[in-house]
Amino acid sequence: MWIYEKKLQFPAWVEGCDIRIAKGLFAQYGGPDSELSAGIRYLSQRYTMPLNEVKAVLTDIGTEEMAHWEIIATLIHKIIDRADPEELKKAGLDAHYIQHGRDVYPHDAAGVPWTAAYIQAIEDPITNLTEDMGAEQKARTTYEHLINLTDDRGVIETLSFLREREVVHFQRFGESLRMVQEWMNKKKF
Amino acid sequence: MKIDKERLEMLKEIMALDFSGVELNLYLDTHPMDQRALAIHNDYTIRSKKLKEEYEKKYAPLTHEIVSKCPWEWIQEPWPWEIDYEMGGR
Ligand SMILES: [Fe+2]
Repeated sequence: MWIYEKKLQFPAWVEGCDIRIAKGLFAQYGGPDSELSAGIRYLSQRYTMPLNEVKAVLTDIGTEEMAHWEIIATLIHKIIDRADPEELKKAGLDAHYIQHGRDVYPHDAAGVPWTAAYIQAIEDPITNLTEDMGAEQKARTTYEHLINLTDDRGVIETLSFLREREVVHFQRFGESLRMVQEWMNKKKF
Repeated sequence: MKIDKERLEMLKEIMALDFSGVELNLYLDTHPMDQRALAIHNDYTIRSKKLKEEYEKKYAPLTHEIVSKCPWEWIQEPWPWEIDYEMGGR
């Protein structure tokens, strides 16, 4: 089970009011390679994973992704909370405002709602872990694109932290894949 | 939301310690025999537990697992997404 801790993993902050980047941040809140997709994917893949080490990796990274999801929501919230409807409209968030107000609804940067069709869980541990490694790289690239599009120091600092985490997760999934491959080879002989 | 400077520093220290704990946890998942990492992990855990106890006594609960006075202390502000973590930011 999970228990809520009244703190963020990283002190997410924003400097000004780059509302345009708030629209972009939805990519990581409810997009295909979002923190939400990552969390649901890893936590769904745990149950058939054969090795204890890798069950732990999926559980712990899946849990960390939920903390990252909260960080992205915090950034968006801090930016759009003080914006008036006219400002939201100018930043391209008029459709969002009409349908969701200033709530952080899980859709991507273009407004497409999140769907489980973004993720896979297909039992084969090699297939699952290979997807996970790809997912971490896609998230890393998305963070780089977001960083390229803002000059808000708070947003950049926070996104740089999240980008780093994707690199670490990729590393841990790579080790997991190698462990599963070794385990399968041992089983054969 | 601005919070007391001393409180903010203590909260950020807890966040940093716990983040180190998460990072070491992930590393240990795939390197369970690494005794050096294990020792660092255990040290961070002890430090974090101590600091959290101090913070909760001085300021506010971090989880619902507290012995609360009336009214129920868990519902107090600020919530994590409301805090200005960088003075002068938001
Ligand atoms: Fe990740």
